[in-house]
Amino acid sequence: MQTVSLEQSVAMIPDGASVMIGGFMAVGTPERIIDEILRQNKRDLIVIANDTAAPGHGIGKLVTAKLVRKVIVSHIGLNPETQRQMMAGVLEVELVPQGTLIERIRAGGYGLGGILTQTGIGTPVENGKQRIEINGKAYLLEVALRADFALVHAFLSDYLGNLSYALTARNFNPVVAMAANTVIVDADNIVPVGVLAPDHVVTPAPVVDYLVANS
Amino acid sequence: MEPQAIIARRIARELKSGMLVNLGIGIPTLVANHVSAGVHIFFQSENGLIGTGAPPEEGMAHPMLTDAGGRPVTALPGASTFDSATSFGLIRGGHLDLTVLGGLQVDQQGHLANWMIPHKMVPGMGGAMDLVTGAKRVILAMQHTAKGAPKIMKKCSLPVTSLRPVDLAVTELAVITFSNGRATLLETGPGASVAEIVAATEAELVIPNEVPEMSL
Repeated sequence: MQTVSLEQSVAMIPDGASVMIGGFMAVGTPERIIDEILRQNKRDLIVIANDTAAPGHGIGKLVTAKLVRKVIVSHIGLNPETQRQMMAGVLEVELVPQGTLIERIRAGGYGLGGILTQTGIGTPVENGKQRIEINGKAYLLEVALRADFALVHAFLSDYLGNLSYALTARNFNPVVAMAANTVIVDADNIVPVGVLAPDHVVTPAPVVDYLVANS
Repeated sequence: MEPQAIIARRIARELKSGMLVNLGIGIPTLVANHVSAGVHIFFQSENGLIGTGAPPEEGMAHPMLTDAGGRPVTALPGASTFDSATSFGLIRGGHLDLTVLGGLQVDQQGHLANWMIPHKMVPGMGGAMDLVTGAKRVILAMQHTAKGAPKIMKKCSLPVTSLRPVDLAVTELAVITFSNGRATLLETGPGASVAEIVAATEAELVIPNEVPEMSL
């Protein structure tokens, strides 16, 4: 794990990168990193996240600034700008049931090729997917998802990069932290090693590549 | 009584102490206001919380304690928080006793459509497909008609949310069960006649000889 400045953390993300971003309606989204992506004007991003939040919040800022080429999300209903860009054909939107999305990401991070779920059978979600029968029940094969980068928000990180999360800001964060080639963390509090008891570490330090230093 | 209040009060009677329950947005959210004192429910927010409480008092909101709509909530004593994989494991894995969801249409076998209107409203399914497919019991909370047009149909014209039928539909006019694969009228709404319900319903309703009025 390496500590980097906010500027350095975003400079390593090339245009066109795929980026998993933690957060649920911008709660638990690393807002500082989002703002820096805007400042450095990173373009053509593929964003994998729960939702596109609302204009002016979290991922909503990236959508409004037209920095995103494609989103893979479960919900865009609270961001009219995402819907407008989708209808206009300038933003590709892949809608995935939330439980399927998080399991596809988990599979990607846990070395699995995909998962089997009953969710989506008989709906437009099934289109183009394989049905597999197990013990007389039909399931959809949903393939694993990985990304070039994971942008993670944590409540606490120790100097080594052991992470813990707060309340409902946990959501996608510990799952995306496992599923990307490069993991960048923005923590609300950076604390000495030992403050986090081993039982309270949710994401173990070796998973984290870069911790954004306090400014 | 307002239609929404009739629906929410009737559904609240289905909630029993100790149940893990997920309420959707809209009318379903109102159900929590009608649970009797002494009935202890574990309410789940799918963003990662069990023990969801009422909105906090002015000035007491925590930016990292929210419901699935991103609104500030409180956490009741005994609450727990977890990641989204655990949250949907609870939903799909047979741990969620009941979900109450809103709907655009339901067909006479209980198939629900509640996630999109092609070319008009495409918000994304969020957790709706997992909830309908995975919860042990699914109750639909919706007004009986939309601007006079029936929402309980022979066949949904909108894309369905799941092939798993809902167990119960509660409207201001009727309680309908789908448990035997057919829409069966169980109760009438306050002051509603069976003829009135049939006229507002496109689906073929099975009507028992005796249909009691819902008790609120």
